[in-house]
Amino acid sequence: MTPLLKVSGVRTFYGAIEALRGVDIEVAEGEIVTLIGSNGAGKSTLLMTICGNPQARAGEIRFADRDITRFRTWDIVRLGIAQTPEGRRIFPRMTVLENLQMGAVANPDADFDDGVRRAFELFPVLGQRRNQSGGTLSGGEQQMLAIARALISRPKLLLLDEPSLGLAPRLARQIFAVLREINRASGTTIFLVEQNAYHALRLCHRGYVLANGVVTLEGTGSELLQNPAVQAAYLGGTGQ
Amino acid sequence: MRPPFASPLLRDAVLVAGIAGVLAFPFVGLLLTTQGTAPTLSTRFPEFAGAVVLIFFGRLGISAARRGHSLFPIVLGIAMATVGAFSLLFETTGMAADSAAPWHAFVPGTFLATVASAGGVAIAVVAGRNHLLRDSVPVAQKPLPMKQLLLWTGIALAGVAIVLPLLPAVDRRLIDVATLVLTYVMLGWGLNIVVGLAGLLDLGYVAFYAVGAYSYALLSVTFGWSFWVCLPLAGALAALFGILLGFPVLRLRGDYLAIVTLGFGEMIRIILLNWYDFTNGPDGISNIGRPSFFGFQFAAKPAEGTESFHTLFGIAYDPVHRLIFLYYLILALALLTNAFTLRIRRLPVGRAWEALREDEIACRSLGVNPRNTKLSAFAIGAMFAGFAGSFFATRQGFVSPESFTFIESAILVAIVVLGGMGSQIGVAVAAIILVGLPEYFRELQEYRMLAFGMGMVLIMLWRPGGLLTHREPTIRTRPQPASA
Repeated sequence: MTPLLKVSGVRTFYGAIEALRGVDIEVAEGEIVTLIGSNGAGKSTLLMTICGNPQARAGEIRFADRDITRFRTWDIVRLGIAQTPEGRRIFPRMTVLENLQMGAVANPDADFDDGVRRAFELFPVLGQRRNQSGGTLSGGEQQMLAIARALISRPKLLLLDEPSLGLAPRLARQIFAVLREINRASGTTIFLVEQNAYHALRLCHRGYVLANGVVTLEGTGSELLQNPAVQAAYLGGTGQ
Repeated sequence: MRPPFASPLLRDAVLVAGIAGVLAFPFVGLLLTTQGTAPTLSTRFPEFAGAVVLIFFGRLGISAARRGHSLFPIVLGIAMATVGAFSLLFETTGMAADSAAPWHAFVPGTFLATVASAGGVAIAVVAGRNHLLRDSVPVAQKPLPMKQLLLWTGIALAGVAIVLPLLPAVDRRLIDVATLVLTYVMLGWGLNIVVGLAGLLDLGYVAFYAVGAYSYALLSVTFGWSFWVCLPLAGALAALFGILLGFPVLRLRGDYLAIVTLGFGEMIRIILLNWYDFTNGPDGISNIGRPSFFGFQFAAKPAEGTESFHTLFGIAYDPVHRLIFLYYLILALALLTNAFTLRIRRLPVGRAWEALREDEIACRSLGVNPRNTKLSAFAIGAMFAGFAGSFFATRQGFVSPESFTFIESAILVAIVVLGGMGSQIGVAVAAIILVGLPEYFRELQEYRMLAFGMGMVLIMLWRPGGLLTHREPTIRTRPQPASA
């Protein structure tokens, strides 16, 4: 079976700076795949390149057997790739419900009421705050809203950029638990970029390690957790 | 504890009044008029003295209220308001017109009298509130039911607007001013779609107003088409221009967009000025068709074989009928703009406008095509400017490029920003203050722009985020709430 998302030989530049130097990644349907790496490794750049902004200068990105390398962001999203961009980016002056409504843009056919019901099941606190404006939510609630908003369109693939950033450990664990639940209950494929390597690797089926714009390691989550190099560099081992 | 009422207040008030006197003497006290070729200097000492005295008492009241006095500023405020109101009454009812004396009322001039009464009321209210709040234990403030409040304010404003021409005290001049204000309310609401909802700072909005006005003028003069045929055409043409202008510039954001739209606004005006064969250049277009009441002209003597408005209803001819009709016409157009905006905010495209203003990157990542969304906002905003332009042309019967200068765009942006971006009622109130006040103070002649400036400064001081910053959500709790 062909993978749902296949990134092959992707090179992305910011001006003359090469941020991704030939990245190959595959995500199969129903998987949770995580990408870890240090600051500036190119993790967010890879996610953004998948979404077409910036576009890859070389290589190919295929989604559901379709070449999307040259698509514009909004068209890619409409194919069924939802993403929560880095920094949550909820609409602060709009209410929780209005934020969720914006999630329906990518797929007008999805049942909105049902989507809202599912969102409030996953994140009961959002249900309590449904008429509150997004800017009044706490950081964790905003992250939940960003995830819930991305799920409204019932995407095939959910891209997440650092969902645990800036959250208290308990909230981060809660977010990861919900991600597992989303994957288990509706079979949504998840591709997750994280700095919190420990949680991410425990959550995922498979993982990739990105360093200086290339994939240096790949394997199942537990393999990577056991890997001494990963432990040293990303899990707070004794740095080499 | 009550701070002792003493000389610091007086000293402060004298000082401020002194500064005001020094500043006001050349502006208010002296008047340079040209009689023939020789400029003559005359004086306006009553007005000057009135202004200084007013500032003295006003300052005294303000600082007393600030320092926690209550009785003194309340009495002073009420006294000021009473004196001001009486003067205003004398002035407007013309009782003072017979007496030639400059001291025809307690406070000379409508402007000063209005400031005195409004300021007096403000001082009394502030001091009264301080007095009431002083001993009260702070209780948990119940949030105001803004939705109801706004709804009723809107209904009240609309109601006043509807009955206004029928009120006995209303004369031609007031209807004229109200029509002008409503034109700006409509333009403000149209621009509110672009600036308030979609967040695109458009400093060249007047261009679409001009396109609408010239479209109507040219269609009407060239083909003799009626207002009701030309109105949608003018709107469509303005929308088309919105798309044409928007297409290249909407990739820009913020300041850059503002500068380019400013340039486009000027370009349209300069084209109108220089394309003599088509637009008649600076001479403008005159004899533009007047609107008819569903085909019945507002004319004293209807053309052969036609009926006019007054014969239709069997009433005596009165030129004010046409003014009232124009007033209701712009009122209907403005309310249409408002209804459209309120409705479209609840539709996906309107919601996308608001979302785009909040966060363009998030919008892209949710599948919103930013270019098309911005273009639609630009085009629809332009369409309403086109309608307003048609109305302007038919009301004046004459258009020339002079009416479409940058200052119009600037006033409109000020109305939208000071009204509170996106707030419909805020825009209406700001239009009344910014356009209505200077019109009301016509007697100040060139200084009436001071009233404009004063309105702006007051709004900025009291409501730095705009008059109304409340944003009404477009969706409320659903009938079957999810388990929370």
